[in-house]
Amino acid sequence: MQNYLASKILSSKWTKAVLFLVCLGPLAAIVWPFVRGYTLANPLEFIQHATGDWALRFLVITLTITPLRQVLHLPELIRFRRMLGLFAFFYACLHFTTYLWFDKLFDIHEIWKDVYKRPFITVGFLAFTLLIPLAITSTAGWIRRLGGRRWRILHRAIYISAVCGVIHYYWQVKSAVIRPLTYAAILGLLLAWRVGEWLLRRRRTAHANAAAPRPTPIKVSQ
Amino acid sequence: MAPQKPGHLTYADVTPKSVYLDRRKFLRGVGITAIAAFAGKRLYDVAVPSPSVQAGTKLTTIKGPFSTDEKINTFDVVSHYNNFYEFGVDKEQPAKNAQKFVTSPWTVAVSGEVAKPRKFSIDEILKLAPLEERIYRHRCVEGWSIVVPWIGFSFSTLAKLVEPTAKARFVAFESYYDPSQMPLGREAGIALPYVEGLRLDEAMHPLALLCVGMYGETLPNQDGAPVRMILPWKYGFKSIKSLVKIRFVKDQPDSTWNLYAPREYGFYSNVNPEVDHPRWSQARERRLPEFFKSHKTLMFNGYGDQVASLYTGLDLRKNY
Repeated sequence: MQNYLASKILSSKWTKAVLFLVCLGPLAAIVWPFVRGYTLANPLEFIQHATGDWALRFLVITLTITPLRQVLHLPELIRFRRMLGLFAFFYACLHFTTYLWFDKLFDIHEIWKDVYKRPFITVGFLAFTLLIPLAITSTAGWIRRLGGRRWRILHRAIYISAVCGVIHYYWQVKSAVIRPLTYAAILGLLLAWRVGEWLLRRRRTAHANAAAPRPTPIKVSQ
Repeated sequence: MAPQKPGHLTYADVTPKSVYLDRRKFLRGVGITAIAAFAGKRLYDVAVPSPSVQAGTKLTTIKGPFSTDEKINTFDVVSHYNNFYEFGVDKEQPAKNAQKFVTSPWTVAVSGEVAKPRKFSIDEILKLAPLEERIYRHRCVEGWSIVVPWIGFSFSTLAKLVEPTAKARFVAFESYYDPSQMPLGREAGIALPYVEGLRLDEAMHPLALLCVGMYGETLPNQDGAPVRMILPWKYGFKSIKSLVKIRFVKDQPDSTWNLYAPREYGFYSNVNPEVDHPRWSQARERRLPEFFKSHKTLMFNGYGDQVASLYTGLDLRKNY
């Protein structure tokens, strides 16, 4: 009964619309001080930290969808995964743009030097660029074009992107490593769950294969 | 109640005299209460000074040397954007969390290789020498900078009173640390209490300021009340806050950030646009509250004329 209600709510188009607005909340919070004309001592740092935080948070939230679907028996949650992933990309884009624009003034040479020379930029750059093909191929058309299997393999890049994002954060802070380590712990849990799932599935199929009668080899007549 | 036309008013609508008199009584009551409340508040303020009163006491100053004529930052920026990890690692945290920090009474103990070790109360420090206002550039290792009218006098004034002996070659500084007042210090990631150090000749340089105030007032708690160092040619983290111990020593003392990451933060930490931090460039800086890094960082933060001679013959790439 409870599950039925949850499924019903999750399937409603309104839920998706509300979630969309909620996901825009962080953007509103970032823009708000500028609209109100509050003095921020370091406006760029404020924007960079907030957009980076939210890119990482949305990545982690996106990665919780699959485990939640199974644990809570709510397959309908899949409806939100693409949107959440695209919001991660959206905040990552804002984060990257502030770096390109305000920090480096679109100086390609400077950016290249930075990416090459500074590991924390390199790994952040990697985290961002890995998300680009995923955002592009997030449409139903691309799933069809690639085929489900290939599409799923490609979209495993989100794991690498999230790991790179956490390392980027860890290398960025001066000494307050507790926060990046919290992200690392949550991400570790989410990835460990997947590894566990994969091992279970493999064992199950192995059992199933062992139990099933061996197919008799077909003699091919010459 | 439905609105009535004026013509419908009857004698019964007139406010009875007793109620009318009560109104006067009521108003008188309000007046007395207000006066009492006001007086009470005044008494309370005198008896229990609020942190802002304590931190924002006006100071009489004379014009000091070395001031820049660059545009000074607003008090708001300098007091709401702080690296003071004992009160939280976010820049806006110290302004909130240091509100109740008790800075009175306060003593600074001076010891080590000195002829006259002694303790100074904060009141004694305030009277050691005429307080000077010095407008200095302040460059953080993170790549931002501010211009602040600090108040204080050269550290050497205090040092001469304790008479350092010939054995003293360095000065070690230590910040106050009390986990019960600074619970977030446990999450800072760096070892506390915060310690810093200078070579004796650096500490005795007239630019090195023993700082007790800013913007005409005593220091706000979050800016290192009640007494701190200001070393304008070095990255900001060298300018230790809320000083409680000063030791004159023979060997180079520890410094907190150097202990934490020796490859990133050297003992000297002089502002140097040519030597990058391993994770970012130091060539430019963002003058708060600007968006862009539109200022070129200057060697020794622009104080080369005063301090470059301290480092002749020293390889500043190795001794960063």
